[in-house]
Amino acid sequence: MSRLFVARNPRVAARSLDGEMMIMSGRDSTLFTLNKTATILWQAADGATPLDQIVEQRICTEFEVEPAQAQQDAEAVARELASHEILQISEQPIAPAASNVSGDTR
Amino acid sequence: MPQLAAEVDRLSLVIEIGGMPVRVHTIDPGFLGMLHDRYAGFVSSSQRAEAEFDVELTRPTFVDPGEGVHVTHRQGRWSLRRGDFQAEWDPMTRQGWIRQTANPYSIDAALRIVHTLLLARQGGFLLHSASAIRNEKAFLFAGVSGAGKTTISRLAPPDATLLTDEISYVRKLGPGYVAFGTPFTGELAKLGENVSAPVAALYLLAQGPENRIDPVAPGEAARSLLANVLFFAEDEQLVQAAFHAAFEFVSRVPVSRLTFVPDARVWELIG
Repeated sequence: MSRLFVARNPRVAARSLDGEMMIMSGRDSTLFTLNKTATILWQAADGATPLDQIVEQRICTEFEVEPAQAQQDAEAVARELASHEILQISEQPIAPAASNVSGDTR
Repeated sequence: MPQLAAEVDRLSLVIEIGGMPVRVHTIDPGFLGMLHDRYAGFVSSSQRAEAEFDVELTRPTFVDPGEGVHVTHRQGRWSLRRGDFQAEWDPMTRQGWIRQTANPYSIDAALRIVHTLLLARQGGFLLHSASAIRNEKAFLFAGVSGAGKTTISRLAPPDATLLTDEISYVRKLGPGYVAFGTPFTGELAKLGENVSAPVAALYLLAQGPENRIDPVAPGEAARSLLANVLFFAEDEQLVQAAFHAAFEFVSRVPVSRLTFVPDARVWELIG
């Protein structure tokens, strides 16, 4: 089974405000608010860490969820975010790029 | 050999909104007079101009009223297009042109777009909101159509100076934000006063059974602000600039929900 790698798309604008991650697509100005799982995924999406490792180390430790189910859900979330060009997905590690993520503003 | 082409006088007018002078050139005295009337109170003698446009007047043709605004950036130039006008503007040289019929609405739309581009570079924005100055502080009242912008403007007491009932002009100056009056009107059809004051609060308007002010969570404040920022350009850099500008604003300016019944007592809560 091939591993998936995920990376934040540097062409979106992102901000975390009081723990709430908001992302705006540079393509069509659509604003997304990420839930907790998607936020963890977004923050860990460095292009080098495989998705299954993110699930094991970041999601399964945060939520009481079966690893297989967590992996399935995380893949679905990653593909959903990729469909909006928020995340990049590849079966190979993704080279890092300049990020537009900013920290908490409050 | 007689001269075939006579020199025509080039007439100019500077329209200064938000402290940003925009010079408009035309060869049509009637159109110039129309602009003088339309932007009364915002005509300036400034020698400096943030943008300069030659307006070429065309003959009336059929215009699709449903055609939206397209603002694109290519090879350093902005291209603005709507059914009733076309324009280009080069931010480096600050020069541009507008092609439209002799009406005040097309140039008004073009100016709004140009101001959003000018402001985005400085962390400011145009906002769908009424605004007014009271006790030397500016208050913004944001909401979509029908939320009560015109109503709250109409209810403003005599000691409040109306900046606009429709589109607020917000600039980031120093550590804070300043709201300016605009000639961009809504249903009230009354030009704002050409004055400014530091922004003290942004209220998200809601109509309800009583007058009250409730806190708004930061995330909701940012989302609501972004939903009301005027934004036209299909350009990634500008999208990102507007996004970050909204977050900067909510981190510095208190944002609350203002629920009000449509009577003047709501202004007892403001100021």
